[in-house]
Amino acid sequence: MVAYAFILPWVVGFILFVGGPIVASFVLSFFRWKMIAPPRFYGLTHYINMFTTDELFRTSIWVTFKFVLISVPIGQVLSLGLALLLNQRIRLLGFWRSAFYLPAVVSGVAGSVIWVWMYHVELGIVNNGLALVGLEGRNWLYDRELVLGSLIVKSLWNIGIPMVIYLAALQGMPQQLYEAADIDGSGEVSKFLAITLPMLSPAIFFNVVMGIIASVQTFAEPYVMTKGGPDNATLFLGLHLYNNAFHYLKMGYASAMAWIMFLLIFGLTVFQFGLAGRWVYYEGGAR
Amino acid sequence: MVVGNEAVPTTERLHSVAHTRPSRLRIILIGNRFQPGLIRLFAIYAILVVSAFLFLVPFYWMVNTALKPANQVFTLPPTWIPKPVMWSNFLTAFTIQYETDPPVYNYALNTAIVTVNGVVSTLFTSALVAYAFARLEFPGKNVIFLGILSTLMIPFAVVMVPQFIIWQRLNWLDTLWPLMIPHWFGSAWNIFLLRQFFMTIPREYDEAAILDGASRWHIFIRIILPLSKPALAAVAVFAFVFFWNDFLGPLIILSTPENFTLTMFLANFNVAYRGTPWHLFMAAALIIILPCLILFFFSQNAFLKGITVTDLKG
Repeated sequence: MVAYAFILPWVVGFILFVGGPIVASFVLSFFRWKMIAPPRFYGLTHYINMFTTDELFRTSIWVTFKFVLISVPIGQVLSLGLALLLNQRIRLLGFWRSAFYLPAVVSGVAGSVIWVWMYHVELGIVNNGLALVGLEGRNWLYDRELVLGSLIVKSLWNIGIPMVIYLAALQGMPQQLYEAADIDGSGEVSKFLAITLPMLSPAIFFNVVMGIIASVQTFAEPYVMTKGGPDNATLFLGLHLYNNAFHYLKMGYASAMAWIMFLLIFGLTVFQFGLAGRWVYYEGGAR
Repeated sequence: MVVGNEAVPTTERLHSVAHTRPSRLRIILIGNRFQPGLIRLFAIYAILVVSAFLFLVPFYWMVNTALKPANQVFTLPPTWIPKPVMWSNFLTAFTIQYETDPPVYNYALNTAIVTVNGVVSTLFTSALVAYAFARLEFPGKNVIFLGILSTLMIPFAVVMVPQFIIWQRLNWLDTLWPLMIPHWFGSAWNIFLLRQFFMTIPREYDEAAILDGASRWHIFIRIILPLSKPALAAVAVFAFVFFWNDFLGPLIILSTPENFTLTMFLANFNVAYRGTPWHLFMAAALIIILPCLILFFFSQNAFLKGITVTDLKG
């Protein structure tokens, strides 16, 4: 009985702010409701409209998908690469680690604002830096071919957390494995492939899943940097959903979209768990 | 003699091994498994310097702009080092009022209220709940714990609309309450982190206290919490960064500038003031990220522990 008293706060909060809203959101997704007139039952119409009449929805799914599929893998490779560098016996470890981690404590909004100024077509450091080496600048945020890439580059600035997770995993690795490999005369590459990667696989798995969950929900960056433009080239799902809910007050439609967002996260996570059995190695047997 | 004859090839073999042993120069350049070679060291530091440069350039560009006099912001090519250094930009950015909007310190106050509430309440409640899952036995424990973990996969967008409607019905939109109340009930992630940590505290402490007649509540307050300072510090710093930087929550709730938080002010600055006073804008951005940067520098260990407190194998 005492135990239930301890978890009571969470239960209350869950019912009021998570569980209740989840049910409400699901029910609402089958209603048409613009907050003024009472809700009207709409059946599956929202879900059908999404894939038939709302072209912007398809755009937003595609933008989000491209962003996740490019930024998550590149982010993992870079953060793992930096962690491997930091794991060498180097001087000033604290300085390098801070330099790479620092952007992770900068908010999405402040970071976006800084990058808007970096990408500024005349006054920004990117184009002026390119000019110093004789290259021509581009309009990074107003060119529909470039803009998603520009946001992906900005997202790679924030790889501090996965990097630190990789670094901790590397530092916790049993040295005997490497010593045994040295006695066998294995080279660096084969040690990396046969020892480091398998031993890191739980960390890789964790980082990939967390990366997917976060990047499917990307909102502040396109909201601040591009407002979804130009020409909807950065209309992320989160932004399209926000616009529908709080600009057009289409609460039912926005709820339906939120469930598609959940399915996207759920699908990609389950897919990762499905693959995990094949490549994730847990010390002391499978779990 | 026979023995001596056998010894000769052995020394010869030793000699041939000595010949294939890498020269000193080779060890210095390429290295071996005891020491990295110069080439390798050079490559490592070269990549580190270039990467750190790329990661820090945005900070440099922000600080550089924040310290410029207004007329230097629009000169081409840009001034790479501001001259004279305008420290007064920070004071201006912090106190200036744009049209009828309140000054920046007003937003800072709102952010501070939301952040303090969030850190204190999520810390206490999450610890309370985590204690039950780490130490107590009760029916449904595992199911409920899995339930808590599975809420991590629910995007905020799913609960956002119904929460908005609740606050609208209560007539609390455009107040700070909707940004404070939901955090009084603990957060799934922090419950998980703290439970992992509590499990590493030896149960003997609890058992000794029970023999002395201590209640569960007493054990939680007097034994578990004091022993968990590192984990609590880690949760606190991450909660601070989260609440200080939160944007979507305030964005949907707040509508009059008096109630805005710092992130909303920054986001609107960009929209509302085209032809922006970039030097003041960057000064404001720097003021806004400064508390998190300072927190990071003074509690690096808490940050690093917080990330790795959960053993990924568990």
